[in-house]
Amino acid sequence: MKELLSGNEAIARGAFESGVTVAAAYPGTPSTEILENFARYPGIYAEWTPNEKVAMEVGIGASMAGARTLVAMKHVGVNVAADPLLTFAYTGVNGGFVLVSADDPGMHSSQNEQDNRFYARFAKIPLLEPSDSQEARDMVGLALVISEQFDTPVMLRTTTRVAHSQGLVKTGEHIPQDLRPYTKDPKKYLMVPAFARLRRTALEERLTRLREYSENSPLNFIEWRDKSIGVITSGISYQYVREALPDASVLKLGMTNPLPEKKIQQFAGAVGRLIVVEELEPFVQDQVRCMGLLVTGKEFIPNSGELDAGILTRKFIEAGILKTPADAGTQGKSLPEAPVIPGRPPVLCPGCPHRGLYFALKKLKLTVAGDIGCYTLSGLPPLEAMDCCICMGASIGAAHGMSKANPEMAGSTVATIGDSTFLHSGITGLLNMVYNNGTGTVIILDNKTTAMTGHQHHPGTGSTLMGAKAPAVDLETLVKALGVKRVRVVNPLDLEQTITAVREETAAGEPSVIISRCPCVLLTKTTKPAVRVVTDKCIGCKACIRLGCPAISMKSKKALIDSVSCTGCGLCVQVCKEEALAEGGRSDA
Amino acid sequence: MLKPVDVLMAGVGGQGTILATRVLAQAAQEAGYDIKVSEIHGMAQRGGSVVTQVRLGKKVFSPLIPAGGADVVLAFEKLEGLRLLPALQPGGTIIINEQEIPPVPVLAGVAEYPANIVEYIRSAVSDVMAVNALEIAEKCGNPKAANMVLLGAMARRLPFGLEVWEKALAARIPARLLEVNQAAFAAGYDYK
Repeated sequence: MKELLSGNEAIARGAFESGVTVAAAYPGTPSTEILENFARYPGIYAEWTPNEKVAMEVGIGASMAGARTLVAMKHVGVNVAADPLLTFAYTGVNGGFVLVSADDPGMHSSQNEQDNRFYARFAKIPLLEPSDSQEARDMVGLALVISEQFDTPVMLRTTTRVAHSQGLVKTGEHIPQDLRPYTKDPKKYLMVPAFARLRRTALEERLTRLREYSENSPLNFIEWRDKSIGVITSGISYQYVREALPDASVLKLGMTNPLPEKKIQQFAGAVGRLIVVEELEPFVQDQVRCMGLLVTGKEFIPNSGELDAGILTRKFIEAGILKTPADAGTQGKSLPEAPVIPGRPPVLCPGCPHRGLYFALKKLKLTVAGDIGCYTLSGLPPLEAMDCCICMGASIGAAHGMSKANPEMAGSTVATIGDSTFLHSGITGLLNMVYNNGTGTVIILDNKTTAMTGHQHHPGTGSTLMGAKAPAVDLETLVKALGVKRVRVVNPLDLEQTITAVREETAAGEPSVIISRCPCVLLTKTTKPAVRVVTDKCIGCKACIRLGCPAISMKSKKALIDSVSCTGCGLCVQVCKEEALAEGGRSDA
Repeated sequence: MLKPVDVLMAGVGGQGTILATRVLAQAAQEAGYDIKVSEIHGMAQRGGSVVTQVRLGKKVFSPLIPAGGADVVLAFEKLEGLRLLPALQPGGTIIINEQEIPPVPVLAGVAEYPANIVEYIRSAVSDVMAVNALEIAEKCGNPKAANMVLLGAMARRLPFGLEVWEKALAARIPARLLEVNQAAFAAGYDYK
């Protein structure tokens, strides 16, 4: 019986079956479910690390110690982990090592759509690209075999549509792997210049052998159909090609670094028109062109956003590869004018503590350097209380830089960063601000979880991925140890307290940290009774509406509270000057 | 002969769109189809649009339904149904919940929730089924089972039998909630 698995579930399954015993990751869409699923298998060890660099380093150590190892992260996480990755490519492995890079074309949940296949080429390591859940499961095992056979880390690159789509998967038995013996070998693992030079040579020799492997690997196969058009493709694009050009011959590349050049030459020589279809950058196409072959692809296929069979069909018609369907333009009856459809942007949940903090910051008209998390939504209407968001941990450095560049901004700029993000890469930014005599205010939004990716534990929550109790880092002590003298804690659902604290700390003229502490509303099981509207007193001023709470609406020029979704957080009660909103339980006055 | 069917489901976070998707996929698997399911949830935990795509056939390649290619659109909320209307192929079926969940721009008063959505859809599509799933689910004992009412309403239009659905419900729904969900599904299945 086949199982219906997402790409991420299939990767976890493949890792378990292949005897992976150590896995590490920092949560990030669309990679998070890999470790969540892997952690449920028996006899393995898996952990959330504070960031992707640490995950990579833990994985490197586990591989050196002889375990089959998996490390997973979203595409931008590889930027964080790139430092160890590029030198790990030199040392090679002991136990097989697979790095899953989950890319996000279309930016469903990301700040950019970088094509991480370039990292594999940059690091000179093998790159596998599954095109569905079955391949995701199969390729983990193959990646581990390649890793051990060629003494190299291997990158398995998925995209959102592979990671988050489900398909039927034929699974297999769990095959335990013995820990490979560890032997001290400084010339392999101690990367000082003299030894690194040796490994640099080994890296090139390995690539030569990998090229040969790629030529003969069943990962790269040709499906001969009509030879007038030949398509080279990889990953999810393969599925779109099979649908848009069902009759074309296809060279499906499961291994895209190093490329099977002879196989590509053979394919190119046998087909009329050669096309490369790939999402994002012309990674394969540029290399095929460098082989001296006449090839097109990105000339008419977009290099941004996701592809699908519909886009390909349209682009193939524009490029003269497909004919316009005979009935085009005549199908579908003419419709009456459609109503205007309002968008449904993602919003902070009813009762979200971030709402209180950002409402306060907006009221104080501060410049707010933001960071990555649910709270980034505060930058959108109606709050619009955030000025910038670049990458994990960037808020503190950015706020410090602004203040140094323009002293007038010093007293009116704050950095805001979530607890998980602060522990990921905010600590060094704060250390830098203190060290360089900055005077900024950093607000840590401590909701006791990694909320946006679905509530994962981190070093501040007191629990690990596998459910063990763990020491919870004390944020107050931590920031004091970095040299911050002014540290205070506020409840962001208490607006007056929050506004006072921010006003005082930004005026203090020395570095300060405000810990805005309130657990994520989705974690707190007990909610207070819903807020009630005292209809007689409501003047329809919409002050409460400006909080952007999905539980509040206007009906007949009066506020209306949805008693099902309202958590009774009381923020709206605090912003209503007419006393028209009352804490739950009270009767209408 | 397994005729390919493409089903697009749309709802708002928290409505149970994902669970309904999984029951459908389970049923299709029981019926012997190849399946691909694609789920994209918005960035927020709650309140954003949720769109899932389920493709059934002898062999399914892309997990994505081509634009304008869906055989069935199952909308858990009226506005989301309207939003997905262009995804429906000519001659396709739309099943729409009559529930309205205003998005934040409407709550904030910067946009209006369109009036007469069902009427508009009826003018554009011949096979429209509008269901007050929330009310039916409440009668069955739990308003949260509205998703199963809608799934039941759709089940009649899909080419596999009731016994397959019953198996799928039992496989995907926790035992303590099974009875109310079965009742909701049956009420949807019998809805005229």
